[in-house]
Amino acid sequence: MDDVKQIIIDYIRKEFLEDDSDMEINENTSLISSGIVDSFSMVSLKTFLEKKYKIQIPDTKATPEAFDSVKHIMSLLKEYVNI
Amino acid sequence: MSNIGSYEEKYKGFDWSFARKELGCKDSTPLNIGFYCSDRICQQGKGGKIAMIWEGYKGEVEKFTFDDLRIYSNNYAHLLKSFGIKERERVFIFMERVPDLYFSFLGILKMGGIVAPLFSAFGEESLLTRLEDGNASAIITIPKLIKKIRRIKDQLPQLKKIIIVTDDENFKSEEKETSFSAKKAKRVEKFDIFPGTFETPSVLHYTSGTTGKPKGALHVHSSIFAQYLTTKWCLDLKPDDIYWCTADPGWVTGTSYGIIGPWSLGITQVVLDSGFQVGKWYNLIQKHRITVWYSAPTAIRLLMKEGEEIVKKYDLSSLRHLCSVGEPLNAEAVTWSKKVYGLPFHDTYWQTETGAIVISNYPGMEVRPGSMGKPFPGIVATVLDSSYNPINKTGSAGLIALKPGWPSMFRNYWNNPATYDSKFKNGWYITGDRASIDKNGYFWFVGRDDDVINTAGHLVSPFEVESALLEHPAVAESAAIGKPDPINLEVVKVFVALKSGFEKSDDLELEIMNFIRKRLSPLAMPQEIEFVDSLPKTRSGKIMRRLLRAQERGEPIGDLSTLEND
Repeated sequence: MDDVKQIIIDYIRKEFLEDDSDMEINENTSLISSGIVDSFSMVSLKTFLEKKYKIQIPDTKATPEAFDSVKHIMSLLKEYVNI
Repeated sequence: MSNIGSYEEKYKGFDWSFARKELGCKDSTPLNIGFYCSDRICQQGKGGKIAMIWEGYKGEVEKFTFDDLRIYSNNYAHLLKSFGIKERERVFIFMERVPDLYFSFLGILKMGGIVAPLFSAFGEESLLTRLEDGNASAIITIPKLIKKIRRIKDQLPQLKKIIIVTDDENFKSEEKETSFSAKKAKRVEKFDIFPGTFETPSVLHYTSGTTGKPKGALHVHSSIFAQYLTTKWCLDLKPDDIYWCTADPGWVTGTSYGIIGPWSLGITQVVLDSGFQVGKWYNLIQKHRITVWYSAPTAIRLLMKEGEEIVKKYDLSSLRHLCSVGEPLNAEAVTWSKKVYGLPFHDTYWQTETGAIVISNYPGMEVRPGSMGKPFPGIVATVLDSSYNPINKTGSAGLIALKPGWPSMFRNYWNNPATYDSKFKNGWYITGDRASIDKNGYFWFVGRDDDVINTAGHLVSPFEVESALLEHPAVAESAAIGKPDPINLEVVKVFVALKSGFEKSDDLELEIMNFIRKRLSPLAMPQEIEFVDSLPKTRSGKIMRRLLRAQERGEPIGDLSTLEND
């Protein structure tokens, strides 16, 4: 489970933060409301998870609230992946 | 009683001098939007009234009076002048929705500069295109975004100054940079506001077309007459209202109706500097007792998606009038809002180029769900056939066209007069949108007349997406289209033919998505990529986006006689 958490954090760091950013991302960091990930870019994160774990997250579940923190994303993932 | 009263009566015999009189502006009076949105309200004895209730993403709240607006915008005007920025020079603002965005917007206008807002999620290529075209003299930004500017500033030799809004006294500035905080700076009580005329340039908003680079639609200070009156009559704002416009000031709705309209009326408005979340939005309405709400169909459809149960958790009884803009508002959204909020959303139609609402549903007038409404008083609107002649047959679709002459009409495309001229045919301004008109004079939106993609109310140029894609090492050629989407109206879909030596894969798909997101903006990021062996082209080698779009939508593919190979 910690591996999955780290994979998500690493993806966010790589794709959404500046290379030399010293911003700390932990499982409770607000992603959508803080503007680190906007609602359009959320599709990138969703696509990453779907391709990485060979799952389909329905649009009804892919809400800004469900993607607002790594913790929330982990809860969502648990519905589709055994982590 | 609504502000507009009887629409029919107001439409008859209307003259724009009505707005000028209401604003106390005579032909000989110097005109400056910055003055009318701050100093004038203070001169009316309302300096202590709250102008802006700002809420950050953590829920922190700051309130600013009209006198604060006056002083802080003076501070920006003074600062820019001290750096040698002169009237008509372009000052770009590249910020998230922090309070200084609003102060600096008015400050730039007060010193006679042209303010050019940029969407805070723009990537470097989108930024560079606009800053180069607009010949930016100065940029006002925030620490979070400065790295994007630093990476391109060497390509902007005319750039004199970069102002970074921060309270951090230890912020490390580089060459040409100055850190600044309007709240901490010495208060400039009196500033000699630039005495503009009706035709003095004010705001430069970039918008996307089918071909070529983004075009800068140039507006003038007299746009305020239309922005003031449409705010009063369409949004129905009254002195005690608490108003919330959800649009980002990087786009025209966020400036015409998120700054100029409400503040020229002396209205208190709420600004939320946070990403979209249903609970957060409802909480904002409840917490600040918002009465008038101007939003967009994409947001409304996201709220619909979340359902009715969540609405019951909040007290939204303060709401009294709802409006929408950006893309056609579907009938279901109007019906749903009436059921759930007890109020229908009133659709309004306009564009970056029109500067203000030109067709609208009005308070007190019957709302026909799915209709754009009727032309604003002073606006002559029709639909034209392919020869640019008015269609007189009720219900027949044609190009939406407007008689030039309303105050907020754009005056040119920056550095691009030929494209500006091409927008006018037979004495009409051609919007590029299609609609029909029913027997009662209501307009009904049909769609775009070109390849421009409308995603969540923002226009994305397929040309820009395709050009950026060509910079990816794996892409040989591509075509971008708008794919219908239940929430965003359209999303960007691209068809990509790869160079030899590259294979399609999940990783490559994700890499291309993120490549465009970072280069252009999240709005332009393809939400779907289809890898193809080749793209359909005309015999002259032009990619047939029309064919791809029709195939995607299951529509008739039309004439294929010019297809290169079948």
